[in-house]
Amino acid sequence: MVNNPADIKKDFPIFKRQINGKPIIYLDSTASSLKPQQVLDAISDYYTQYPVNIFRGLYTLSEEATAKYEEVREKVARFIGADNGNTVVFVRNATEAINLVVYSWGRVNIGEGDEIVSTVMEHHANVVPWQSLALESGATLKYADIDEDGFLDLQSLESLITSNTKLVALAHVSNVLGTINPIKDIIRIIKKRNPSTKILIDAAQSVPHMKVNVKDLGCDFFAFSGHKMLGPTGVGVLWAKYDLLDAMVPFQMGGDMIKEVYLDHTEYQKPPHKFEAGTPDISAVLGLGAAIDYLSSLGMDKVRHHEKEITKYALDKLGKIKNILIYGPKDASDKGGVIAFTMKGLHPHDIAEILNEDNICIRSGHHCAMPLHTRLGIGSSSRASFYVYNTEEDVDKLVKGLEKANKIFKI
Amino acid sequence: MDLYRDNILDHYKNPRNFGNMDKPDSLAEESNPLCGDKICIQIKLQTTNYKLQTIQDIKFSGVGCAISIASASLLTEKVKNMDLAKVQRLKTKDIVDMLGITLTPTRLKCALLSLEVLQKALNK
Repeated sequence: MVNNPADIKKDFPIFKRQINGKPIIYLDSTASSLKPQQVLDAISDYYTQYPVNIFRGLYTLSEEATAKYEEVREKVARFIGADNGNTVVFVRNATEAINLVVYSWGRVNIGEGDEIVSTVMEHHANVVPWQSLALESGATLKYADIDEDGFLDLQSLESLITSNTKLVALAHVSNVLGTINPIKDIIRIIKKRNPSTKILIDAAQSVPHMKVNVKDLGCDFFAFSGHKMLGPTGVGVLWAKYDLLDAMVPFQMGGDMIKEVYLDHTEYQKPPHKFEAGTPDISAVLGLGAAIDYLSSLGMDKVRHHEKEITKYALDKLGKIKNILIYGPKDASDKGGVIAFTMKGLHPHDIAEILNEDNICIRSGHHCAMPLHTRLGIGSSSRASFYVYNTEEDVDKLVKGLEKANKIFKI
Repeated sequence: MDLYRDNILDHYKNPRNFGNMDKPDSLAEESNPLCGDKICIQIKLQTTNYKLQTIQDIKFSGVGCAISIASASLLTEKVKNMDLAKVQRLKTKDIVDMLGITLTPTRLKCALLSLEVLQKALNK
């Protein structure tokens, strides 16, 4: 049985809202997904049933909260195919996960003469931290190119790997082109050329949309955000191989991450708690747990199947608009549920404005991927993206909205 | 849609004073990080009898949405031959009145980009 997105919509309270008497057509889940009632309930349960700090109290409420919090860690581990929760670090978002690796691993392991490799299709979150590290360490940052169809140029990537390559940072799925990178093959290629190169996967656009298994992929670091996978804002995950985490220095210092503190020195906790200083966003973690339950009940294979089908439908319908140019792979099998496009004679900002009149929410701009837009020779683009709650009717409304934009601009 | 009135679309599709000039007295460029728009303005100044400086000629170039391009185009028409002190005093309200449309805070940034660039060129 396939999931019915129209039924799924009923779980998302936001769809009860109307603006100017019109329903909301949400096509920007790549930026942030909507949240089902189950996630909101989990957040509310925390604040109404056990709204206390974790790891501190010996009283029932605190023990309940702690157990629920740690339960989510194990849930995350199972969801991404990790051995256990000890390799799952809760952070604010994928951006913070990457910054954690820069501070706790990069600063110690990357120095002058070393090389970092990334790609031109990255989100700024997987570019700027490495740029900053390269600047301060004297390392070189290189970028693998893409081909004309929006696929990563594997030869270009392979040629960049040398005996000095310390880390390769790349996206699992592009947040603009939608390209699904063949991570397993890529890692094999990289490790063949340099077995000691570490690989960080920005999985912000894959974990919400398809079944992933960190062990099967063979990566070293794996980062994603909760808010893009039906969860709340304020929680993300860094997964890493345990021996790497164990050898890394802490990210932030303070309470919770310590074992013993003396006036002249401190003994830190073991991973993952070593990296979680201070009271975390407990309710967000519990919300993430509920989001994983929700996605698991739908089945990640079915989630992917639906997105592939709707992307295929959208590529076909959008492709019929006379002045449209679609970026990235043209076959839905090769891409996640995201379609970036430009329309001749129409600026993305104006397109978004006109669509907004009918509550059709799409993204316009460079989607935090300026180097990619420069590579494509454009300043900005429009982007529609799909998730579990999107229907073919949503796509039809988008197409109608784009035709309306053409009409207003007399194209 | 009220935002895209005929005169806005006309200035967007046929921007006035679009292009570059030889030897400008000053120029400036700014971009809007939200949408990747970029506007460059070049000006030639003229000193009149009373030692009053005015904008003798103005050109703009760049890429942008209908609002930012139309706003830049209308602005270049508005400030030609205007004395500099007056140009310096131009404010948000003047731009909104010039466009004659209601703008959301996000679109206001598009509309104000050209004024920001022009005043930057004058302060160089």
